[in-house]
Amino acid sequence: MKSKRPVPGHQVLLQGFLEGSVRGLARAISVVENERDGFQDLLHTVMTSGPQTKRVGFTGPPGAGKSSIVAAVATAYRGLEEHLGIVAVDPTSPYSGGALLGDRIRMNDIATDPGIFIRSMATRGSLGGLATATKEVVDLMDSFGFDRVLVETVGVGQTELEVTAAADTVVVVLVPESGDAIQAMKAGLMEVADIFVVNKADRPGAPRLVKELRQALHLRSGRALRDIPAHHGVDLGKAMKLERVSDASEQEGEEWAVPVLTTNALTGEGVDKLLETVEAHRRWLVESGELGVLRRARSGIRIRDVVDREMRRVAWNSERVNGLLTQGVEEIALGRGTPYSAADNILRALLRQRA
Amino acid sequence: MSDERKIRVLVAKPGLDGHDRGAKVIASAFRDAGFEVVYTGLHQTPEMIVNAAIQEDVDVVAMSVLSGAHMTLFPRVKALLDELGADHILLTGGGIIPENDVADLELEGIGRLFGPGTSTSDAIAYVKEWFSTTDDA
Amino acid sequence: MSTIERDILKRTDLEKALRQSELEVTDLRARLAEWEDRYDALPKRDAPFSTVSGREVKPLYTELDHSPADKPIGYPGMYPFTRGPYATMYRTRLWTMRQFAGFATAEETNQRYKYLLEHGQTGLSVAFDFPTLMGYDSDHERSLGEVGVCGVAVSSLADMERLFEDIPLDRVSVSMTINGPAIILFCFYVAAAEKQGVDVSELRGTVQNDILKEYQAQHAWIYPPEPALRLIVDMFEWCSANTPKYNPISISGYHIREAGATAAEELAFTLRNGFEYVERGIARGLDVDSFAPRLSFFFDVHNDFFEEIAKLRAARRIWARGMKEKYGAKNPDSWRLRTHCQTAGVTLTAQQPENNIVRVAYQAMAAALGGTQSLHTNSMDETLALPTEKAVRIALRTQQILAHESGVALTIDPLAGSHYVEALTDELEEDAVGLFEEIDEMGGVVPGIEQGWFQQEIANSAMRQQREVESGDRVTVGVNSFTEGSSDVEIEMLRIDPEVEKRQVASMSDMRAGRDDEVVRVTLAALTEGCRSKENLVPLILDCVRGYCTLYEIRAAMEEVFGSYKEPVFF
Repeated sequence: MKSKRPVPGHQVLLQGFLEGSVRGLARAISVVENERDGFQDLLHTVMTSGPQTKRVGFTGPPGAGKSSIVAAVATAYRGLEEHLGIVAVDPTSPYSGGALLGDRIRMNDIATDPGIFIRSMATRGSLGGLATATKEVVDLMDSFGFDRVLVETVGVGQTELEVTAAADTVVVVLVPESGDAIQAMKAGLMEVADIFVVNKADRPGAPRLVKELRQALHLRSGRALRDIPAHHGVDLGKAMKLERVSDASEQEGEEWAVPVLTTNALTGEGVDKLLETVEAHRRWLVESGELGVLRRARSGIRIRDVVDREMRRVAWNSERVNGLLTQGVEEIALGRGTPYSAADNILRALLRQRA
Repeated sequence: MSDERKIRVLVAKPGLDGHDRGAKVIASAFRDAGFEVVYTGLHQTPEMIVNAAIQEDVDVVAMSVLSGAHMTLFPRVKALLDELGADHILLTGGGIIPENDVADLELEGIGRLFGPGTSTSDAIAYVKEWFSTTDDA
Repeated sequence: MSTIERDILKRTDLEKALRQSELEVTDLRARLAEWEDRYDALPKRDAPFSTVSGREVKPLYTELDHSPADKPIGYPGMYPFTRGPYATMYRTRLWTMRQFAGFATAEETNQRYKYLLEHGQTGLSVAFDFPTLMGYDSDHERSLGEVGVCGVAVSSLADMERLFEDIPLDRVSVSMTINGPAIILFCFYVAAAEKQGVDVSELRGTVQNDILKEYQAQHAWIYPPEPALRLIVDMFEWCSANTPKYNPISISGYHIREAGATAAEELAFTLRNGFEYVERGIARGLDVDSFAPRLSFFFDVHNDFFEEIAKLRAARRIWARGMKEKYGAKNPDSWRLRTHCQTAGVTLTAQQPENNIVRVAYQAMAAALGGTQSLHTNSMDETLALPTEKAVRIALRTQQILAHESGVALTIDPLAGSHYVEALTDELEEDAVGLFEEIDEMGGVVPGIEQGWFQQEIANSAMRQQREVESGDRVTVGVNSFTEGSSDVEIEMLRIDPEVEKRQVASMSDMRAGRDDEVVRVTLAALTEGCRSKENLVPLILDCVRGYCTLYEIRAAMEEVFGSYKEPVFF
């Protein structure tokens, strides 16, 4: 009964993937997510053609109805005969390392549509929530040939800011219960949003939240995306400003004014308008040259992420480095060294080893 | 970046009965055991379950059936999994299932089925044990 | 004597009385302290001294633990009804012994009902299969494998007619456990009575029809909360005018408790749901006293004997106060909480199933001491499969022994005045009031459901209880202790023949062939149109039913306007 799970080699896996098999994609995602042998080669092969698909991110506080919005939006895109990939990210429990991934509950109506592929992911160890692995999964879906990839993330803390790194258009979903505009600003949501959606708009408090958001956005006068704080050592805002000078100078002044929309995901009210607005943002990204800017910034972050990860892997897989670590600990205990002298030894050894 | 691969489990509630206490308890227990648990909610058809299992690339499908429709639902899900080349997935579950039926279902290639009063730790141990025997750990 | 003098005199009297009672309390405290010293000095068993709901229980209760002054328990049949809804209670009539039953097709269940009535059962209770509970016809694709398995399949008036063949509906009280499509099954029932030539105003019985607890715990829903609540108020309105002896709702804690809630959560959620229905009725413009007297309740009776008794007593008191003081009901019948009880299915164990007979007996006794109006006792084998006739008979005999041999029915509310029971009754009431406040802070029941709050509370309590059993902290006989002999289960089991589904599907197609398609089309279209207006939908559904429209056809005709309910995420 326990037939062994097939562990396809890189080529077999790639073939299934390239043939457009859903199983092939599902397995490829697991290989990438688990960083199995050869996952970098796999990504390298499939990413050669560069980004093709439209990427829309959805984030916001828990309970805002993100999954419902994603399901409603997906249904609408299916009506336009788009093929869709959906990545839904939920937090890993810090206590057990396990996770409960419940976003599919909201997507049952679209769950058996052969034009939609849904994958739930746990944040695992990543600090920001949307791990490098998630971005890589989005890349896989991109090269698999979906017309559009929707990324839904748990909206807590740093996570919202990370969505920008995977999506071209970021939709921030709020509900009247999620607090006032000040809280949204504090949470860093103002900076990442290309579009605000106030869901459950029939609830009391919705008109007030819409008004507050509009006022707050007006004060910022379209500076969205510019002042994103440092992330993994890369200041996305700065990187983009630099690019702007060289590449997008003629678009200066034509800023994207972040709209505030209202929806009721359960009844579908406002979803058409949201779709239109996502398209408008897309046109703006292309026409202003912002898309190129964004993709460059994203590539920069990815290169750093990959280098960081590979350096860590090389370091801690090396016997010599682990030997130096033990030695360093001993030296510190004997009063002959500090963590800094030990780290310095390790770095020197590493650089020699790779040179 | 852990060396140990996470066990992914789909906890599914097929059929029309809405008694999801067992499914929720086992889903939470699996999470607490460090599994990544995909929960799809109530009233799932076999097609929905198998479709989710394949997209989510899970190792295990655990179904809770209290409606008495187990002799229809387990074989149907198993057949669909096999048909779609996902016969490596362990299909297990629990519910109000008489012992004779458990034996019959096991003959059809379905994994252990847990009756009422099962401890969640038994189910966890069973999944871990099964997982350790697959090549892909 | 001047007024001032009189006042002074009054005050001195009062002060004297106060001093006297202070002295008494001081004296009581001193004696209690003396006992406490002795208690503390002696060894104690290593066991959790808490109820299954996690309530800490003191080693001893005294008059200091409850204050009859601010919570008068009163008299039976009198406000606030702590001691019972009726003045005579079981001295006039014993509780109704009502066993829930239904399986396979309407014909087979009809045979079982006749058997039960012949064996002394005094009311019928219909269990429907899952497709019926969800509003699917037996020949719908989603019904595959579930037709007639956990209850009887009723997909049209034709099935309902067969279900009650030769059982005169004006002479038996029938309870139907159905919620999402309750209004449709109720109309089948009314139309079946019409076919028997019965005057529908004579119909007695209850339809569960409690959608709020479906969202919270049981999950047999169809429409979203707002249209679903409209259907319920339509029933209130129609029944108060046309079937005055019929209960259009049974506000149920049973499923909330079975899903894992504590006794206090069961109590609070159920009563708060009840008040929600009252508010909806009032918002429709109905006079509260026109429908409130027909609201009935349904509680679980779990393992903890005293806590369950106290729960029923507290429920009556909270309901009476709310109805009188908050909702301004004038008719004492509106204040009076009448309830059905069922022993807790979740406490039955698959291991050593005969032990379940004993569990059920204790739970049944708690229900009787708590003053229930009707009772279902579970069969010992229900956790393994559908109950056999023998197991059902033993369950019924358990009630008969309780009623006729044990003496619990001799006097009314015999535990009143017990320090422990009165203290528990007070505590449960306080807990419930605290939970009401939490619910109100969320904006009420419906927002609480949409935010998954109820579901989360229940799931947390379920998880706690599971952990207690698994860790061995709480003994479950035959499961985690005293397990010798647990493996030799010898219980004969009732199995549903897969032919049942085929027969039912065949009879559906015969019925469809024999009806007037034009009537079907016209009545369904009128119903859909009615859903868009504010019209009471009962007459429109009755028209559909009389024309043999099926359950699913009627469900779908309304769904076109109402939409369907989506389960909220609860993790």
